[in-house]
Amino acid sequence: MEVGRLPISASQRSKLIAAGYTTLSSFSSLSPSHLARDLKISDNEAAEIMRVASHSHRLDGSAGGCGTVNGAQTAWDMLHEEEMFPRITTSCEDLDNILGGGINCKEVTEIGGVPGIGKTQLGIQLAINVQIPVDYGGLGGKAIYIDTEGSFMVERALQIAEACIEDMSECGGLLRKDSQACQLKMHPNNILENIFYFRVCSYTEQIALINYLDKFISEHKDVKIVIVDSVTFHFRQDFDDMALRTRLLSGMALKLMKLAKDFSLAVVLLNQVTTKYIDGSFQLTLALGDSWSHSCTNRVILYWNGNERYAYIDKSPSLRSASAPYSVTSKGIRNSASNCKRIKMM
Amino acid sequence: MANKQISQMGLPKSIANVFAARNVFTAKDALSLTEFELMELLDVGLAQVTSAVAHISEIVCPPYQTALSLMELRVQNEHLAGHLPTHMKGLDEALCGGIPFGVLTELVGPAGIGKTQFCLKLSLLASLPANYGGLDGHVIYIDVESKFSSRRLIEIGVKSFPEIFHRKEMAQEMAGRIHVLRPASLSEFTESLQQIKVSLLQNQVKLLVIDSMAALVTGEFEHGAPRQKTLGWHVSFIKSLAEFSRIPVVVTNQVRSQSRDETCHYFFQVQSWNETIEDRTRHDSHLVAALGINWAHAVTIRLVLEAKSGQRFIKVAKSPIAPPLAFPFNITSSGILLLSDDGIELTGPDINTIHCQGLSLRFCWGNLQKNIKWMPKTTIGHY
Repeated sequence: MEVGRLPISASQRSKLIAAGYTTLSSFSSLSPSHLARDLKISDNEAAEIMRVASHSHRLDGSAGGCGTVNGAQTAWDMLHEEEMFPRITTSCEDLDNILGGGINCKEVTEIGGVPGIGKTQLGIQLAINVQIPVDYGGLGGKAIYIDTEGSFMVERALQIAEACIEDMSECGGLLRKDSQACQLKMHPNNILENIFYFRVCSYTEQIALINYLDKFISEHKDVKIVIVDSVTFHFRQDFDDMALRTRLLSGMALKLMKLAKDFSLAVVLLNQVTTKYIDGSFQLTLALGDSWSHSCTNRVILYWNGNERYAYIDKSPSLRSASAPYSVTSKGIRNSASNCKRIKMM
Repeated sequence: MANKQISQMGLPKSIANVFAARNVFTAKDALSLTEFELMELLDVGLAQVTSAVAHISEIVCPPYQTALSLMELRVQNEHLAGHLPTHMKGLDEALCGGIPFGVLTELVGPAGIGKTQFCLKLSLLASLPANYGGLDGHVIYIDVESKFSSRRLIEIGVKSFPEIFHRKEMAQEMAGRIHVLRPASLSEFTESLQQIKVSLLQNQVKLLVIDSMAALVTGEFEHGAPRQKTLGWHVSFIKSLAEFSRIPVVVTNQVRSQSRDETCHYFFQVQSWNETIEDRTRHDSHLVAALGINWAHAVTIRLVLEAKSGQRFIKVAKSPIAPPLAFPFNITSSGILLLSDDGIELTGPDINTIHCQGLSLRFCWGNLQKNIKWMPKTTIGHY
């Protein structure tokens, strides 16, 4: 769809065209602030343009497709939208590959594994990677980190943030002009500042917080990822009534899914493992039971395979089940040691 | 926060009364019900319920901090940005300064490997004056297995910090700061935990040691299942103690031999089934931590102490900050000492295995007395 057909003021239209945005799709994946900077207009004005654009975009789609059901979206539109949204990289190429490019926005992804496998590491890594600026192929968003276990370590977040900036300035050498501006902006402290950290001390608080997130995120629109580390802890300790637990958990999962859809953000739930007696032997599975396993769109299991850490896609509507090695280094999550030389910390 | 009264939350009077009339008094009561259950119970419309729940949620939900403010706060207010140095250089470096405040650090290893020695040393360090690298505070030492030895504590002190401990009144003062509790059962332990909470609030205690957590429950239950359940409350409580008073908490855990029907595999790993059987027969003597996987998830840092071909190692098995490193160590009269400050980086799940090979017999004899009840369980297979 052409910009000329958008119901916006003539001056805004000419600004858009002057900046090189002649079609809707050319700017609809940008953040409003980015657009504001490009067009030299206020953030509010840019947000308004984005709103109008996305609105008429939908109208356009339904006019051509099926306008029979209000609020429905055609599969074609959904595909288009999906492609437009950048994914959040895990900083490990192999892992990104099996995930179809990274953690998907608008979806709930559950990641589980044995203690010490690197769940929290992956959580922290994602909270930082979501902030990679749009110029570098990231989302330029902010992160909410919900810590139920007290395992979030700021020291570690700082390490990973520093490594992330280092990597970006390396690849930013190609775009010399831009990189200077970006380097000024990206300081580890800025990254840490954009992680909203909630410490949750009981399951009541956890439910309350998930209820409240809706309001919080409407006030902080830049949030592009919500990480819950771990979704399990309080629900595993304080419960006798299992039916109640299942009800509360599925209610929570629904709310998280709605958040993901409404605000186009990624929800990542970290889960613990438990042993389960199946077919005469004990096996590891993710905690919280069978009905919980329906609650997430994607499920990734982290496990040891020989001497390497692997991630396995256990469940996903769009990805085939596959596994890929990854490693946890001093810089954060990276490709497995056999693929790229591991940097020793000491 | 969870038990906050709904009547105190400033809800419209009419709806607050409805909550009270149906015995929904606290936020926990209200949020433990789904919105539809509430509608039915309170007999009000969905819109009212939703707005009431949203209101309650907003009040109960904890405030946020940015990671930056969290870091600045720690750097400003706390000794070494919230770490208790172990005075083992390599280990301190790996852990970014030492045992972190506010989280659980676990020591796990076979009997006689040096867990208690480690705890004694940490207790001393926490009680030392700040200019000697200590925390200048009191220590609560929960000694479940009656292994605490004041004589050994003073010996370590005299050998490692002669300038302090050669003066008798200083030695007395340092040792006087370490309070030893000896609960005989789980219920006594529960009671002392609650008492500890009070003294922690007065801010003088700088370290809590629990030696050992496993002994508390193994004494009462023989099998794994009830053990996990009983500890659930304690895990949450100890974690919250650590968190709110911002002190390091060190707990020890014992080992037991891995029983044959225990696997550590997922269903999708069946293809390697044959290999695992081979694996298991080969490593038949493997030990695992006595408290199971639920507990292992709850600790933030796990240090494994093990012996391999007669050499003791301390391994950073689980840590959000440190890479998987192993340090050889020895126990001397001045306590636990690293033989090298350069850790050996391990790959793979090896970091979690616990060996007990070739721990010299002489040493074991010395410890046999105090560990006699554990010997058959854990180490006898190796002689």
